[in-house]
Amino acid sequence: MAVVFDRPKSLTDAKFHYCPGCHHGIIHRLVAEVLDELGLQDRTVGIAPVGCAVFAYDYFDVDCIEAAHGRAPAVATGVKRTRPDTIVFSYQGDGDLASIGMAEIVHAAARSENITVIFVNNAIYGMTGGQMAPTTLIGQKTTTSPLGRKSELTGYPIKVCELLATLPGATYLARTSVHDPKNVRQTKEAIKKAFQLQVEGKGFSLVEVLSACPTNWHMKPVQALDFIKNDMMDYFPLGQFKSPEEAK
Amino acid sequence: MKGNEVIGEAAIKAGCRYFFGYPITPQSELPEYLSRRLPEIGGVYLQAESEVAAINMVYGAAATGVRVMTSSSSPGISLKQEGISYIAGSELPCIIVNIMRGGPGLGGIQPSQSDYFQATRGGGHGDYYLIVLAPASVQEIADLVKKGFDLAEKYRNPVMILGDGMLGQMMEPVDFGVETSGDSFDKSWATTGKNGRKKSNIVNSLYLKPEELEVHNRELEKKYLEIKSKETMAESYLTKDAEIVVAAYGMTARIAKSAVDMAREEGIRAGVFRPITLWPYPEKELNAATVSAKGVLTVEMSLGQMVEDVKLSLNGRLPVEFYGRVGGMVPTARAIFEEIKRMSEKFGGVK
Amino acid sequence: MSKVRVTFNEELCKGCELCKNACPKGIIEMAGYINAMGYHPAKLVNPQECVGCGFCALMCPDLVIKIEKEEIK
Repeated sequence: MAVVFDRPKSLTDAKFHYCPGCHHGIIHRLVAEVLDELGLQDRTVGIAPVGCAVFAYDYFDVDCIEAAHGRAPAVATGVKRTRPDTIVFSYQGDGDLASIGMAEIVHAAARSENITVIFVNNAIYGMTGGQMAPTTLIGQKTTTSPLGRKSELTGYPIKVCELLATLPGATYLARTSVHDPKNVRQTKEAIKKAFQLQVEGKGFSLVEVLSACPTNWHMKPVQALDFIKNDMMDYFPLGQFKSPEEAK
Repeated sequence: MKGNEVIGEAAIKAGCRYFFGYPITPQSELPEYLSRRLPEIGGVYLQAESEVAAINMVYGAAATGVRVMTSSSSPGISLKQEGISYIAGSELPCIIVNIMRGGPGLGGIQPSQSDYFQATRGGGHGDYYLIVLAPASVQEIADLVKKGFDLAEKYRNPVMILGDGMLGQMMEPVDFGVETSGDSFDKSWATTGKNGRKKSNIVNSLYLKPEELEVHNRELEKKYLEIKSKETMAESYLTKDAEIVVAAYGMTARIAKSAVDMAREEGIRAGVFRPITLWPYPEKELNAATVSAKGVLTVEMSLGQMVEDVKLSLNGRLPVEFYGRVGGMVPTARAIFEEIKRMSEKFGGVK
Repeated sequence: MSKVRVTFNEELCKGCELCKNACPKGIIEMAGYINAMGYHPAKLVNPQECVGCGFCALMCPDLVIKIEKEEIK
């Protein structure tokens, strides 16, 4: 019998520490499958964030660097500028990318750094216990917005893809989801396109993946899928916000 | 050549091809110089969006095993502290240049030496040290930048070149000597892509288990003890028979030399002790230079920072006094001379 | 026509039920027993009905599921 689905080579054998139903595991697997399929494992350097995925360096079987909170795009820039033949990706959550790291992601995109960024948007701060994120929806309850996020108090969630799309340097920006098999497949395609563009030296690519945090959303994993489908996708539409054809 | 530009050219002569920085007075000529020179030789100059981003770019570049440098001035160095702590904790080599200006806060743009504590006590969070080198001439800038890269790679630790605005602007002749590189240092730890290597390399400073973090910190400690025992550098001027020794570093030491010459003309036996490594502090050398001394005058462009290391080094053996100017004001040779004279009379100096 | 074999590595399963929810044939259930981590692992209760769509494997965040196929002439 031929194996048609198994653990990708670009993942180690380490057991994921993520919560039951957390989508980090899916997204890690998709990135690793893409690295396998494009034959990139041997020349890839991954940049791990501060967040639940801080141990990404234990899971991806590639050279990895642990970055300070928010600084992964700058660290990635340092690697890619000195070793342009490597494939460099950063893997970041809401706090890392859209809060403390907002300057770094904007400028990496503006400079059209030839890197790939995987942005896991679960509208909350997972690792630190469920605080409000820049992507938290209006009305969404978190430990630092216990009565639900109020726009009068803390403004509105940030749409990262739309924001970066204003930058000519951003080559490929896509927002996808992993709440059902069809969308998991589409996420993989987006990630593959992003890495392929990096191989071709085409500039900055980012895939924003709407994901669940069942633990801090206080939902069961299956229930959490509905929050993505009904609530998150309402505010964060899926799609391609910048494509290489229009980027130049 | 101008001090700020010499830093850049010396780095190039040491095989450094990568610079990430941000403009700030009084060191902007350094990034400007490298933005011209590095592309000429196939290197990379990148102006980062902030000093924070710049130090993190240095971290990424250093992780790949290349010689890399950043520079800033006092407030920008404050911004870099987290990144520097990460570089030290991850045991990566690099050079960080601080051309000091008046502080605290936005302060001023005139020279100062008020970042001594920040430079020599780690600067960022955690138990670590930077190797801190303090040049006092344009030639010495060139020598110490080249040596700095070697030290950084030998010990896998960040190195700081601590200058001030005056030094950055000075024009003096310089000889860069032979070109060097980092080729002789082991880089098997670098994250360059596995490229057939069986195990992936990880650059990291996170050790959640306290037992593991303790082991890591003890390893760092061992390294710092080795650096302390092997790498101190200092210069003594007329200290052999000196009754009053002036301890000063960088530009202040040059002015102190003039003051000491003035004192000698008046028959006062004075000398200058000039540490070149501020960390590790040259304790042994200071004690050797003060064998005949009756008192030590520490002169700094600050409210008194190195004076604490002078006191620690002498361990109560001699009285230590302090003279300083702040805010960007520079001590004059005459003022230092008056202090030497005062101390010489106070501690029973024979005229 | 193809023969398909789907294996669940029960020790990796965290009982999140994303596979069960995704299965179009409804042939995945959570076991009554628990694994070493304390979760009820997913299991294929009617392997003969499996069409090898792979939806379970796509949704699984923990690499529990392995799929093998064989073409039958």
